[in-house]
Amino acid sequence: MSDKKGLMAWVDDRLPVTEAYEKHMSKYYAPKNFNVWYVFGVLSMLVLVNQLLTGIWLTMSFTPSQAGAFASVEYIMRDVEWGWLLRYMHSTGASAFFIVVYLHMFRGIIYGSYQKPRELIWIFGMCIYLALCAEAFMGYVLPWGQMSYWGAQVIISLFGAIPYVGEDLTTWIRGDYLISEITLNRFFALHVIALPLVIVALVVMHLLALHEVGSNNPDGVDIKKNLDENGVPKDGIPFHPFYTVHDLVGIVVFLFVFCGIIFFMPEMGGYFLEHANFEEANPLKTPEHIAPVWYFTPFYAVLRAVPDKLLGVIAMGAAIAILFVLPWLDRSPVRSIRYKGMLSKIAIALFVVSFVVLGVCGALPAYAQPPWLAPVMTVVYFAFFILMPWYTKAEKTKPVPERVTG
Amino acid sequence: MKKLISVFLLSIVAPLTAVASGSGYHLDDMKPNVSNKASLQRGAQTFVNYCMGCHEMQYSRYERVADDLEIPHELMVENLIFNDSKIGQLMTNAMTVDAAKRWFGAAPPDLTLVARVRGEDWLYTYLRTFYENSTRPLGVNNEVFPNVGMPHVLMELQGLQKKGCAQVAVDIDVLTGQDITEERCDVLYLAEEGSQSPAEYEETVYDLVNFLVYTAEPMQQERVRIGIIVMLFLVVLFICAYLLNREYWKDIH
Repeated sequence: MSDKKGLMAWVDDRLPVTEAYEKHMSKYYAPKNFNVWYVFGVLSMLVLVNQLLTGIWLTMSFTPSQAGAFASVEYIMRDVEWGWLLRYMHSTGASAFFIVVYLHMFRGIIYGSYQKPRELIWIFGMCIYLALCAEAFMGYVLPWGQMSYWGAQVIISLFGAIPYVGEDLTTWIRGDYLISEITLNRFFALHVIALPLVIVALVVMHLLALHEVGSNNPDGVDIKKNLDENGVPKDGIPFHPFYTVHDLVGIVVFLFVFCGIIFFMPEMGGYFLEHANFEEANPLKTPEHIAPVWYFTPFYAVLRAVPDKLLGVIAMGAAIAILFVLPWLDRSPVRSIRYKGMLSKIAIALFVVSFVVLGVCGALPAYAQPPWLAPVMTVVYFAFFILMPWYTKAEKTKPVPERVTG
Repeated sequence: MKKLISVFLLSIVAPLTAVASGSGYHLDDMKPNVSNKASLQRGAQTFVNYCMGCHEMQYSRYERVADDLEIPHELMVENLIFNDSKIGQLMTNAMTVDAAKRWFGAAPPDLTLVARVRGEDWLYTYLRTFYENSTRPLGVNNEVFPNVGMPHVLMELQGLQKKGCAQVAVDIDVLTGQDITEERCDVLYLAEEGSQSPAEYEETVYDLVNFLVYTAEPMQQERVRIGIIVMLFLVVLFICAYLLNREYWKDIH
């Protein structure tokens, strides 16, 4: 199997190391026309590793108890050598994770990366996103600040809107009649063990599925249709070394921003570390304004846009769930926005506007925004998906080139 | 598309106005400077003398404060530690939560992180806007935090303000350089003088708030110092990565 000699041959006869390396790195042929949008996948991996490593070290000094959690975070910030850096890397990493994942998903949307044959990659990706939401939510409870406590209180109470089982379900999730040390302990267990395992497993599936069918590209052209005499795609280049060195540049640019926030504005004006969360959780004192962390605000705005609590919860769930079926909503004969018609371009632009505006609406208190704004944007958000089967089929698409355009 | 991206980025970085006064009272701008050790030392002195009887700094250690503020350990122990705490201990006091609740209606909050919760502008304004109000149990009320349970602890320094009609400076006469005043009502004016002049009192409050900003994040200077080194390293790394990338990709068309 392997033409190598010595130790590597010995290993390869027992474990397909070289084969795996070639399949996923040195002989994984990626389209040569990737643009800047294609860096967010590798950045997600980078942030995942950052979260895993800093998380392990934070766990060494964190105390998951009602009396000790808040104090232990301050202990990490003050008394643990480099503890403040670990904590800021982890807290900034949480927000960075959502920024790169949202941009990564947006890349998939504009270039039709979810279309056949990449439906499973998209679905694994959505599962990662869901697990990430749960991971972030539970992680936010652990420092046991006011916003940890009251944010958890609001989000868990949403399950109470479900008819018949709602109340019992919230008690079951909390493990108590209110958010308590029991809740904190189980969220700690899920945050540091269960969900990271799920996320890492899903990332492996996401990548295996990707490497089975090959990467899409900004033209949406299937590079495997044009092979040279060796069976190598003419428009493909080995992932390693070409995209490893390419991604390295993107990683350094990302680190400029990431380290800039860690070292010069770790609270990010109250978006990454909320002001109220520097006060220890107090079940008897409700903060003036409870807002989820910025990455949940678009969906929180959808929830508030619907007057009925149960319908609001359903709308919020649907806003995420509808993304799962995206591969079957798009009926366009082309993948990339480059060759789609005007309707798709307008739809995607409106979708971006609705998502950003919903995010801003969700962060602001209800009185600080026009009452019609979030409902209108919710309709626009859903219209992007619900009307997609129609407008992707009705519009006139441009001819797709045979080869990538670079 | 580029415009939309910029809207997206803008909406992320626009600062959150979470730290506003709950009462809607205008907050004065305060620019902390944690590299001003003399100011921090005076702030620490005010804190242990006037605040620490009721408020703790349960996450901060005396030794860390002494080291960061360049106060020799002996001086710290002699002049700034009023109980039998060792220098390595946390800055706690003897008041129990139960007793505090009986005395003030609510336990005085821990102040280690108060600057990160309230913001420096809030603290700076709050400590300067106590005024006489006989309807309150402790004889004073506050503009920024109405009906606060805290007495005006710094009254002996500031004196006592009253709320009512007074001449206030609204502009400066460009010819004479003197203030143009007009009578306004519902303003705070000094009715009884304290041991400090108004300017000295502002300085005292500034130093105290500066100290609170320091304790909320004692490593903030170190953070910025290391941040600059990290940024410089990234510049070098970027040049290497950029050239490496260009070398590999020069033959790919």
